[in-house]
Amino acid sequence: MSPELFIQYLFAGITYGIIYAIVAIGFNIIYNTTGIINFAQGEFVMLGGMIVITMHAFMPMPLAIAAAVLITMLVGALIEMIFIRWLESPSVLRMIIITIGISILAREVALHIWGESVRTLPYFIGNEVTSVAILGARISPQVLWVIGVCSLMVAGLSLFFKFTSLGREMRACSANRRAATLCGINTKNMVTLSFMLSAGIGAMAGCVMSPITYSEYDMGPGLAIKGFTVAILGGLGNSLAAVAAGLLLGIIEAFSISVLPLAFKDAIATTILLLILFIRPHGLFGSSEAASLKEF
Amino acid sequence: MKRVLNSVVTVVVALCLVTVFSMVSVAKAEVIKVGAILAVTGGASFLGGPEARTLEMMAEEINAKGGINGNKIDLIIKDSAGDPEKAISFAKQLIEEDKVFAIIGPSTSGETMKIKNIAEEAQMILLSCAAAEVIVNPVAKYVFKTPQKDSHAVQKIYGTMKDMGISKIAVLTGNTGFGNAGKGQLEAIAPEFGIEILASEVYDKKETDLSAVIAKLMANKDIQAVVNWSIVPAQGILAKNMRQAGWEVPLFQSHGFGNIKYVEAGGAASEGIIFPAGRLLVAKDLPDSNPQKELLIKYKNDYESKFVDEVSTFGGHAYDALTILVAAIEKAGTDKEKVRDAIENLQGVAGTAGVFNFSAEDHNGLGLDSFEMLTVKDGKFAIYSK
Repeated sequence: MSPELFIQYLFAGITYGIIYAIVAIGFNIIYNTTGIINFAQGEFVMLGGMIVITMHAFMPMPLAIAAAVLITMLVGALIEMIFIRWLESPSVLRMIIITIGISILAREVALHIWGESVRTLPYFIGNEVTSVAILGARISPQVLWVIGVCSLMVAGLSLFFKFTSLGREMRACSANRRAATLCGINTKNMVTLSFMLSAGIGAMAGCVMSPITYSEYDMGPGLAIKGFTVAILGGLGNSLAAVAAGLLLGIIEAFSISVLPLAFKDAIATTILLLILFIRPHGLFGSSEAASLKEF
Repeated sequence: MKRVLNSVVTVVVALCLVTVFSMVSVAKAEVIKVGAILAVTGGASFLGGPEARTLEMMAEEINAKGGINGNKIDLIIKDSAGDPEKAISFAKQLIEEDKVFAIIGPSTSGETMKIKNIAEEAQMILLSCAAAEVIVNPVAKYVFKTPQKDSHAVQKIYGTMKDMGISKIAVLTGNTGFGNAGKGQLEAIAPEFGIEILASEVYDKKETDLSAVIAKLMANKDIQAVVNWSIVPAQGILAKNMRQAGWEVPLFQSHGFGNIKYVEAGGAASEGIIFPAGRLLVAKDLPDSNPQKELLIKYKNDYESKFVDEVSTFGGHAYDALTILVAAIEKAGTDKEKVRDAIENLQGVAGTAGVFNFSAEDHNGLGLDSFEMLTVKDGKFAIYSK
């Protein structure tokens, strides 16, 4: 393999990988505060993409993106308040079924608002044929935007969870909900906040990836499956591990194309998911002891 | 007592019969129920959406004019979401409960093949809006289809390649019924035109980035052109990924590219894409002598002003289906068997896909000339010329 080809595959892999990682982090944030997997995570990405495209008709790009992220965060908060908040100690299964229901609902609503057509946001820099040369490989500048924005979000989130009191409260809530309540933390608000945060980063990813991947009303489930694979691969609840796992899966997928027919790409992700569930259900970077203490 | 009961039963039965008969006669005199099974939502909604809108628009127009020979049309559209199982149950419902006169659709080939036999057994006229040739080959007595044949599309593409001096190509197909059918035809017809397929890749219909496979194909310097056979969104993504990677070989697409929205979505990367399509997309560039020109422009203007949506060739397939049905009913009245015979004998009916000439052997009725090779120039469709 020539070095140019290697770089080309590598960047394709990083692009897939970082998007998977963002979806996986969305799963993790909600998992950490509630213990459930929110299967509507892919729909947040879809909403971000669709809203920004609509908004862009009326306002410049940065404003449109900000509006899309804020609106999706509001939607996330509303979803939590309407469907989750009032439940008295619901079972994990019940909550999961609820999130699947929300995901279907969100898709149907999107179908009625935006219709079935595929939409796209213009490229931030240049157009569909612009590319920059990096070590002999040619890459769309938008790929660099995706990688840059997603990396910033990951860094920002880790800082938020480590150094702000709100972030610490959310972590406390995930470590032990009852103890957190006793310390005076409003755990219900933390859950709402986690939905907003998940919705926000999902929407942001939806905005920056729209020029490359297009946006349509039913793009969510595919992303959710990949994101779920990555979340499990890294170890549920661990956001930095999700980044590593996301990049790993993306790069494996990209390089698999060089030797296997393209049709096997998704089979690889599913195979990895099954292998991990059988061999290391706590994930590559998780600890089995911690996993055994969790309900799910 | 028993006699009284008996007579009551008789009266009730008689009354029922009278109502039923009167309803039937009313139905025959004034309303022709036309069923439609279309993928209005779901993965094939880019087909079913425009098809359903087109049918609604046409039915409204026909009824406003007083119907077909005075018979109004009652349109019953069922949304199959592209699911063959739903298509089967809707077909049964339309035949057994709604007792429709004819069925238009389904939108996809997979669904059509599932209900082909159901329609045939129920002696129900089925006018499919799906492309695959197996729908009308072998011919089923009651089953017709309006889109052009895949094999004609492939012949057009290969013919153009030959003119351009291209003989070594790569083939990319989506993993849908449409993609698979196209792959089969591309491989089967290639030797006829002396074309060699150097690489063939299949991708998921929801694929969002194809840059890795482009890198792989690009490394093979012998490839002179790429043929992509898929539906949205991959056909636009492929074009972008190719041009971003700096790969400048000609890109051919299937007749599934026939919607200006895909050109817009692909932006600058869509420039120069070559594909076969019906003449709807270039209606205003046609010579005035073309028999299709007038109706194409009317359909395009009506559709675009009513729905504030760009017209696509897919809605045209439903347009053709209803046009054919109406033409046959005008000729043969409201007897189902006579209408079926009339469809089979229709000659020279201009539709959006081409001029239909049906026969007992050909339930598609379109020739190779129903396709025109188009290209994208300055963000618009134009007739391709060397």
